[in-house]
Amino acid sequence: MTTRTLVSPATLARPRGKAVYWSVFTGTVLLFTLAFLFPVYWMVTGAMKSPDEVARTPPTVVPEQWHISGYTDAWELMQLPRHLWNTVVQASGAWLFQIVFCTAAAYALSRLRPVFGKVVLAGILATLMVPAQALVVPKYLTVADLGLLNDPLAIWLPAVANAFNLYLLKRFFDQLPRDVLEAAEIDGAGKLRTLWSIVLPMSRPVLGVVSIFALVAVWQDFLWPLMVFSDTEQQPISVALVQLSQNIPLTVLIAAMVIASIPMVAMFLVFQRHIIAGIGAGSTKG
Amino acid sequence: MQAPPPAGDRRRRRLTDQARAYGFLLGGLVCFALFSWYPAIRAVVIAFQKYTPGSDPEWVGTANFTRVFADPEFAAAWRNTLTFTLLALLIGFAIPFVLALVLNELRHAKAFFRVVVYLPVMIPPVVSALLWKWFYDPGTGLANETLRALHLPTSNWSNGADTALISLVIVSTWANMGGTVLIYLAALQSIPGELYEAAELDGANLLQRIRHVTIPQTRFVILMLMLLQIIATMQVFTEPFVITGGGPENATVTVLYLIYKYAFLYNDFGGACALSVMLLALLGAFSAVYLRLTRTEGEDV
Repeated sequence: MTTRTLVSPATLARPRGKAVYWSVFTGTVLLFTLAFLFPVYWMVTGAMKSPDEVARTPPTVVPEQWHISGYTDAWELMQLPRHLWNTVVQASGAWLFQIVFCTAAAYALSRLRPVFGKVVLAGILATLMVPAQALVVPKYLTVADLGLLNDPLAIWLPAVANAFNLYLLKRFFDQLPRDVLEAAEIDGAGKLRTLWSIVLPMSRPVLGVVSIFALVAVWQDFLWPLMVFSDTEQQPISVALVQLSQNIPLTVLIAAMVIASIPMVAMFLVFQRHIIAGIGAGSTKG
Repeated sequence: MQAPPPAGDRRRRRLTDQARAYGFLLGGLVCFALFSWYPAIRAVVIAFQKYTPGSDPEWVGTANFTRVFADPEFAAAWRNTLTFTLLALLIGFAIPFVLALVLNELRHAKAFFRVVVYLPVMIPPVVSALLWKWFYDPGTGLANETLRALHLPTSNWSNGADTALISLVIVSTWANMGGTVLIYLAALQSIPGELYEAAELDGANLLQRIRHVTIPQTRFVILMLMLLQIIATMQVFTEPFVITGGGPENATVTVLYLIYKYAFLYNDFGGACALSVMLLALLGAFSAVYLRLTRTEGEDV
């Protein structure tokens, strides 16, 4: 059942309403295809044109000949396997650190009643007011002092200081039914055991959301990895793309851009229902 | 019934409970201390120091601030950042709302629209920036090719001093609009249908229904997204760094870009922190308003 929206079902049922509806529908499909799909199409096919063809005016909409060499060259010349692997290591480590430390901290704040728990929580929430990018320079200096430059730990450890995800987890833990947790304790389960066997299995939805946020954040980040990885060998794909973009043939660069986009786009297409529902739900509930 | 345990035991238990609680908290707490709380304090401290990594910092009073103020790029960076934010609001604010309004009326291919509009958000920002840099190429870029095909005058896009900033706004709007559209859609779906019915019975036409039902009902979400967008666009970095390198003639240097330059090009960490503190103060004010609103209104939504 659909709820009533701006235009009434009765208006839509009339011949004139139907005509207007279908023309608006067609227009929107065309607009979305042109605005959002066509640029992506242009990128994917541009990488398959020959270097001559990609620079031609007026351009060809469909490549005359489909070259796969742009992609293979990008894979080899730009050392994409290495940079993709670096990104995977950085993103999955950040995810793991966040899941372990944020979950533990959120559980403690929600259930273990530490003294000064309120103060700690206020301190954590206060960091939401401080836009992350404005603090990159002193954060960089701290990471440098700790000797973590060019080390994946420079991504992993700061990722834990994510107040948004921590608060999301804490709020979810707050809502778990009390009696279930108490029953576990009466049965003699320790705190860690309760967290592992009761709380976490019940928290799958929120863990899914936090995991996606954590992975996407690292994969898409640019400024922070640009600062902390001066060593080319350690750079994630986003930084490597920009550093190498100057002296590489256009078709090869475009192919590399396509390859760099595939993992997140694929993840989105697989989990699109959850991601789209999550964005809507997360926002309207404040 | 057991006798209550002696007081010493109880205190010991409470202590072990607390030790355990802090054991769980420790990892998170250390990370927050090192990478959030300490850098915030340190930004303010270094803003008043001459700081070069490896040597002892020196107190220099407000010298960093006066030096940064005197830099011609300083005024340009703030002007560009504020213009960028304003343009992003003008362009990037009405369009997603209108799109969401239309999408909410369409009863077919719902999943298609939602996936397609969110697709650019999932493309890494660096890739979007490089993609549009290629589109903006004055010779063979898609932007000018399209204008030529339509027999319109071509533009310099990101390469022209007067068009560079708006070209970047277009990129950032394209890349980020999906999230805004989806949030609006969720908000529109929560409007009770009876309100529209009642308005229609009272003789309200389409525009009046939008004005008197839709907008008041989504006012809170609109305000939230506006604040979030202001906070996000004032920290713009990737687009100017990748597409224009701050040029032409400083037309696209932003505050965050300038912070980056002070730290990594001029090796002037004092100046970088002085700039960070200014950005922090301004954005902190916006965030405070945002958090205050979500706290008070969010509870009764």
